[in-house]
Amino acid sequence: MPKAALAESLGSPSGFGQSQFAFMRGHAFEARVKSDGGTELLRLTHACLGGGPEPEPGTARVPDLTAAGPEGRAGRTALALREATAAGAWTLLDHPMLALDVAGTPAFLEPDAVVVAPDGTWTVVEIKSFPMIDGAADAAKVGAAARQAAVYVLALERVAAQVAAQDSGHVSEQGASQAGEGAGLVPEVRQRALLVCPKDFSNLPAASPVDIRKQLAVTRRQLSRLTRVEDIAATLPPGTTFDVNRPAAELAAAVDAVPATYAPECLAACELAFHCRDRARAAGELTSLGRSLRADLGTLTTVEEALAAARGAAGDPDDPAVVALRWAGALRAEALGESWGGSASETSSDGVAATATVAGGVRCP
Amino acid sequence: MSLIDNLARLEATAGGRARPRATVRHRHLSERPLVFVPLVTAGEAGAPLGALIGTERTSPRLLTVPQPRDRDLRFAFLSRLAEILLPYVESYEGDVEAAERTEADAETGKRVKVEVELCADAPQLIVPSRAGVEFVRLLGRSMRFRRTAEQDPDAPYPAPPRVPLLGRWLTHFGERSRVPGSALLLAMTDLLSRHWATGQSSLEEQHLGALLAWIEAPEGTSGAEAALRAELARGADGQLLCPPAGPATDPAFDNQLLAPAIERYDRARTALAAASDGVEADGLLAALAAAERDIDALVESRTRPTWDAVWRGLDALCTLPEAPHAVDRWRGDRWSFTGHRDRVAAGEPPQPRVDDAVTAANKLGTREREQARLDAQEALDDPLVMAGRRLAGEAFAGVVTDVVMAYSEGRSPRPRPLVTVRTGDRPHLDAGVKVYRSLEGKPQAAQFVAYDADADADSDDVGGGGRLVVLRVLDKMGRGKEAEPGSVPEVGDRLCWTLFEHEQRGGPRLPEPEDTPWTHGGPPEGAGPLGERSDAVTSEDIL
Repeated sequence: MPKAALAESLGSPSGFGQSQFAFMRGHAFEARVKSDGGTELLRLTHACLGGGPEPEPGTARVPDLTAAGPEGRAGRTALALREATAAGAWTLLDHPMLALDVAGTPAFLEPDAVVVAPDGTWTVVEIKSFPMIDGAADAAKVGAAARQAAVYVLALERVAAQVAAQDSGHVSEQGASQAGEGAGLVPEVRQRALLVCPKDFSNLPAASPVDIRKQLAVTRRQLSRLTRVEDIAATLPPGTTFDVNRPAAELAAAVDAVPATYAPECLAACELAFHCRDRARAAGELTSLGRSLRADLGTLTTVEEALAAARGAAGDPDDPAVVALRWAGALRAEALGESWGGSASETSSDGVAATATVAGGVRCP
Repeated sequence: MSLIDNLARLEATAGGRARPRATVRHRHLSERPLVFVPLVTAGEAGAPLGALIGTERTSPRLLTVPQPRDRDLRFAFLSRLAEILLPYVESYEGDVEAAERTEADAETGKRVKVEVELCADAPQLIVPSRAGVEFVRLLGRSMRFRRTAEQDPDAPYPAPPRVPLLGRWLTHFGERSRVPGSALLLAMTDLLSRHWATGQSSLEEQHLGALLAWIEAPEGTSGAEAALRAELARGADGQLLCPPAGPATDPAFDNQLLAPAIERYDRARTALAAASDGVEADGLLAALAAAERDIDALVESRTRPTWDAVWRGLDALCTLPEAPHAVDRWRGDRWSFTGHRDRVAAGEPPQPRVDDAVTAANKLGTREREQARLDAQEALDDPLVMAGRRLAGEAFAGVVTDVVMAYSEGRSPRPRPLVTVRTGDRPHLDAGVKVYRSLEGKPQAAQFVAYDADADADSDDVGGGGRLVVLRVLDKMGRGKEAEPGSVPEVGDRLCWTLFEHEQRGGPRLPEPEDTPWTHGGPPEGAGPLGERSDAVTSEDIL
């Protein structure tokens, strides 16, 4: 579903877009890293992760992965991976295509590169254009790259299982005489991805292995918990369409039929975030002010409810969140010298005026 | 964010206008701050595109790099930046006052007082957002290891003379900004969100335009709507009406306006290089200048709104009186500035890429101590911050209901009066816990003795009488047998006691870097006479 176009039609276009400068720079860097038959990239992989004898420049296998359609490319990739593992030589798969089952529908993924080492291990390579300065890169960006790599590793593990299944089938046909240790063995997908970034302020590549075991576990769990798309579709009224050419009101109704829980973090990830934010704000949802704020207030879920509870107009007086909120309201009003709706305590009504004495005039630049 | 701040956010959401989070200004603002609004090229590590900089609100200096990938043009930009920034920094170096500092004596190892210079004031750099602070650090890192032709005649692509020095200063500003409560380098969004709460999440408050829209909304108008406009509204040409505060630019601006302008500039330059005679070259030079002016105009159109927003932010902050302790912390900034001035004057090498173990531990220790100091001082300066601490049970306020004179046991008894305070707060008091109050700016300590049993009956009712806390005052009552007048609380006094200390003690002293134990990697290996090596450069480097 083209979410960006959908957001546009809904009247809350996403702020996403890529500057052509960043685009050009990213491509130039990736091309540079992969140039010369992947010599530099394989050297970095070997230096960071090992995996067999040092690759000889110019000898690496770079199989052609072109095929028609994503399914064709995914099939071609699986075949190339199998051949490369059997060949036991350094192999660079440039932009392979992988398929992963997400909520019951196949999603096609295209990692920057996958390297197969002579020892048969597969490594996901992420080539990014943010710099690694003095050996350290921006933590948020590395985290995003690690999450991305984890998804690729999951997809690769599926391919590995397929390859192993095919191999064992192949072997049993031949009469199991060669059923040695290699056949039927699942090829190992490394749980450390290789992150390649520009070094300092140059465009020389620098690489660093990133441990993605945690991201893998998280992604696996999230994928297993996702509601299947058919189940979501089944809850929708019949005839619901996300056709971006429909009028905005009709589209909005269709989008609202799908439950969504907006949090500010969505803004960085989803094209529809502005639409969801408008909805959340209109409904006065506390989560639109941040997850931690929402978590502090227990059973209260809307701004109205929380404020009413703070003023003593509503809310369960035994709820600890309500008690704390009332007390906070009274203290805040006292400090600001304002009157508060609730019954502020007598003793603290004019409180610590001593600490409020403020010295010094205003100096304006 | 404490519950009190969350409540302020809720109030702001409901009212559509920003609500105060502080009643005083917790950061010192210079009378002559240097505002710096940089823009950076997307996708390049710290390749500046341009900047507005200056100390005069009405007349900023515009610097641009017409082709950000060109090394010479970038050096020209940095050189001009140095021409503006360094004289500003140096204007504070000369005006000094005498001060004392304790230092370990080189021979005896004893701690002695040394008379040293302390700069009377310090420079202050203000950038629009936290990303701007990071950019200052990055610029500093990219410049401080450069070699000028004078330092190293063989250096490929030598840097202009003052650029490495600028790098060292920017690194210092960036490093200092990581110390809590420091004010040498400030981000306007941090300053504003420290003092006001809006109906946005803290993520969205990184947008200077939106943040300011909430704060500036006049009575009766909706700051929320103004903020939404600032954040998202685009003109007929598809450009944001309020450009992002940077240093990153809007992709639509890059693709629709900047890229064609840079292309025109490149074409004009190529044509000029290929010119065959003087007359033709004159015409092409004019075309090149026109292309350059176009880029200048584009950069100004994106930075000027942010520049104005930063100054409006300063206006808003100036409506709050400065907190008494902010001046104390500014003194720390002056020390930091003086220290770096001395290091530069002594010809020390630039800051290393990675700190050695002892320096890193010292820095961390300083930041922890400063954070605790900042927390305590902000609470003492501001009843609204103190309210948050009271809510958290870390302080309590109340009225003195009873004072009983008592004395310590021993040969020469000292006054240890018992003070009873009635409070509605719920402090986390255990027997023997020390509490502090401010007595003429100095902390006076007392010890929690017990809750008075009489009040237990209605202690559950927060709105009623509250509870009675009995404290034993421990110090600041003079040397005599009788307490000095005014040093013991009297019945009817309203006091605020804190469970946290008002002044922070330093941690244990760390060894000198040369004595780093082997557990921490041993003494750092000596750097060369020029300090660390310069970055490797290749002919196709981006920066």
